[in-house]
Amino acid sequence: MSTATSTSHGAAHAHSAHGSHDHHHHEPGFWQKYIFSTDHKMIGIQYGLTSLLFLFFGFLLMMCMRFQLASPGKPIPIFGGLLEAVLGEAAKGGIMSADLYNSFGAMHGTIMVFLAVVPLAFGAFGNYVTPLQIGAPDMAFPRLNMASYHVFFWGGVMMLASFFVPGGTAKSGWTSYSPLATVAEFSRPFNGQTLWLIGMVLLITSSLLGAVNFITTIIQLRAKGMSWMRLPFFVWAQFVTGFLLLLAFPPLEAAGVLQLADNLFHTSFFLPSGLVVSGQPLAVAGGGSPLLWQHLFWFLGHPEVYVLILPAMGVVSEIIANNTRKPLWGYKSMVYAAMSIGFLSFIVWAHHMYLTGMGTKVSTFFQTTTMMISIPSVMILTALFISLWGGSIRFNTPMLFALSFLPMFGIGGLTGLPLGFNASDIYLHDSYYVIGHFHYVVAPGTIFGLLAGIYYWYPKMTGRFMNETLGKIHFWVSLLGMNLVFSPMFIQGLRGMSRRMSDGGSTYFGADDLALYLNKPITHAAALLGLAQLPFIFNLFYSIRNGRKVENDNPWDATTLEWATPTPPPHGNFASEPVVYRGPYEYSSPNSKQDFIPQDKRS
Amino acid sequence: MEIPYTYKPRPDTGLYNAKVGIWLFLASEIMLFGALFSSYILLRVQAPEGEWPQVAMAWPHGLLNIPIGTFNTAVLITSSVTVVLAWAALKMNQFAKFRVCMVITLVCAFGFLGIKSYEYNEKFTHYELRLKDGHAYTGHIEVNGKHAGFWDFGAIYNLERLTKESVKELSFTADPEKPKPGEKHGAETSHEHKRMTVKVDEIQKLDAFILRNHNFFAIYFVITALHGLHVLGGALVLGYFAFPGASMWKKNPEQFTNRIEVAGLFWHFVDLVWIFLFPVVYLL
Repeated sequence: MSTATSTSHGAAHAHSAHGSHDHHHHEPGFWQKYIFSTDHKMIGIQYGLTSLLFLFFGFLLMMCMRFQLASPGKPIPIFGGLLEAVLGEAAKGGIMSADLYNSFGAMHGTIMVFLAVVPLAFGAFGNYVTPLQIGAPDMAFPRLNMASYHVFFWGGVMMLASFFVPGGTAKSGWTSYSPLATVAEFSRPFNGQTLWLIGMVLLITSSLLGAVNFITTIIQLRAKGMSWMRLPFFVWAQFVTGFLLLLAFPPLEAAGVLQLADNLFHTSFFLPSGLVVSGQPLAVAGGGSPLLWQHLFWFLGHPEVYVLILPAMGVVSEIIANNTRKPLWGYKSMVYAAMSIGFLSFIVWAHHMYLTGMGTKVSTFFQTTTMMISIPSVMILTALFISLWGGSIRFNTPMLFALSFLPMFGIGGLTGLPLGFNASDIYLHDSYYVIGHFHYVVAPGTIFGLLAGIYYWYPKMTGRFMNETLGKIHFWVSLLGMNLVFSPMFIQGLRGMSRRMSDGGSTYFGADDLALYLNKPITHAAALLGLAQLPFIFNLFYSIRNGRKVENDNPWDATTLEWATPTPPPHGNFASEPVVYRGPYEYSSPNSKQDFIPQDKRS
Repeated sequence: MEIPYTYKPRPDTGLYNAKVGIWLFLASEIMLFGALFSSYILLRVQAPEGEWPQVAMAWPHGLLNIPIGTFNTAVLITSSVTVVLAWAALKMNQFAKFRVCMVITLVCAFGFLGIKSYEYNEKFTHYELRLKDGHAYTGHIEVNGKHAGFWDFGAIYNLERLTKESVKELSFTADPEKPKPGEKHGAETSHEHKRMTVKVDEIQKLDAFILRNHNFFAIYFVITALHGLHVLGGALVLGYFAFPGASMWKKNPEQFTNRIEVAGLFWHFVDLVWIFLFPVVYLL
């Protein structure tokens, strides 16, 4: 069956279907089409644009912090005046106060994790691509999907609003450890931390709705013939991610409610007895446990790491298979590895807490599980590396980003091993080494994977390619910038620089130290990294109307079902019900004249 | 293409979409309440040994009203039975019976919440009094000769407020002493409500049985309030299906029956949480 006949046949079918359901007849208005849409593709785009905005905002917060680290106590260039005008006393004379530095640090983390990377990886790509790849007309619960985005949006608004309440936004780190998070503004129950908690409860609710929807969709709406082992790896990654969000987030919601009670009703869930703040005994009952907060937080916090990384691995796998023109090596082991990651990620959380004195036996258990979870991660990475072997690789922009994901995530992962061991973690904990480690995982790791995805699926969303030259400039400068920013941090950390110093460590080191000196080149590299994103932002909007047009619905000669839809896919996605006959990566098959056989092609 | 399996089951999974969705949602709810129960356990095991209120930070026992709690458990279990009967009635095409069962379910749901609010009010008006001489009591207070009304947060006093409003003394009715474990009800055990007048400057601590007073109350109120919100939310959904939403029965009886099944599954879960909650906070 050729593509052309299936399309025309499908069009006729679609028309008759439209005739029998009159609610499809009228063209939806602006609000219904762009704001209150129930179409998974529009919701995916909403998630994508919102999260890219938050990504940019989070980057700007970090940029202000980097200026402060490089030149402590000097007015911040460009943004200094703006900060003073908006935030007043905290940024007097355009100089960042220590409190403001703490606020920006907390909000940079929160925004990047919960409002930028997760919604981009899960909300945007998951929404847009998953139903297409499994051959579904939409998500299982379209209205729930819309609700999920809107709740997410208001969670984001809450977080932004918290900058403007008296006392400023949350300033106790993105982890909001108690008792610090409660006593920071104890006399003012309705403070930035309170809004942070309300925002988090909204974000958790949103991701809960999303997770229920994704898992149900993948279980129930797979097209005919789409058996579990014919699912593209991207779908598997989203499936496991869905379970992580579903089961790991609620304990943080519980913890959020308890901390909210600590802040608003002055309970002492996380406040121990005999707490003294600024020389005064705190007027609470006491008897609570700060460790309880940390357990509940990291019970989410660690699976969250895999929520960040798994979708990126999924995206990268799709792009690598497509551009090496080879099947993924070890598809089944990758699937089982992803499932093992999902399971193990629930029993490693306390490796963030070696320094809390929870006891050597507990530490040993978590050290063991932590080493175990590195095995499936390495399996996936190895399978992807071996997939490159002997391929005739097309080095287009998405492939460049996908390829660089492998070593960058590799560095991030390997530098994590000393942190997983109890003995070495005691030295490295809370130092810049940790910052370098997890940024390698998330920034040149996950974010590169997601950028690869944007370049790869853009032609399906718009019918045009993004500009290759701008894309390659974006890639090479970003790669350089990322490494110049994050690799010196390992040196700073090994020299003992704490990650929480608002003066860049000068009170700790004194005058001349290599670690202190490195703050300046890192800041310059961060500025370079920022500049590298300008061609991308331009490209993203310019190419909607002016990019090179795609010649057909499958411009990358890909095998998976999203390329069997019209471009861009209409409401309901497929012109006719797709039927799947084969696995997801039949590239270079000897049984075909072309070098690929799409999943919905019979022979 | 239309979304398939909205109410017809998918052949290979044997489930319609909403049923998969509700089970996943309930799994997430188990994690939510699981985290709260774990917090309860952790806070309780790290509390010092001893009898509260004599030992200030010890974990209190026997403060909750067991007969009322038992009755409320029965109310909620009844509603769980009637919600199944409602679903079964639809399966047997008996709409009138369905409605009767739904009304009983709703009466039970709001009955449960009513009883719970009475229990809450008992706690808002009950006090812990700790004197500077080391004696500690539980009981009821009267400030300026006034009793607190129903859910009257304005009538809750603590030492700070008494000092601020320059109250000099208050009248305190102590609870009868509980017999110590293993001790028979002898003549020396007093069953009287001892009434006394307490000078404010003799007081070390005075507070009602509310969240800020002690972690026991804090976790008790948080878990039961969250459970109460679940009861309320479930009752609103069931109420919608019983009356305005029931018009779907004429258009698509199969989908409507499924909706009742899904709402019923949620309702059983809410019931199940209470069945764990009751022994843990009331009995143990």
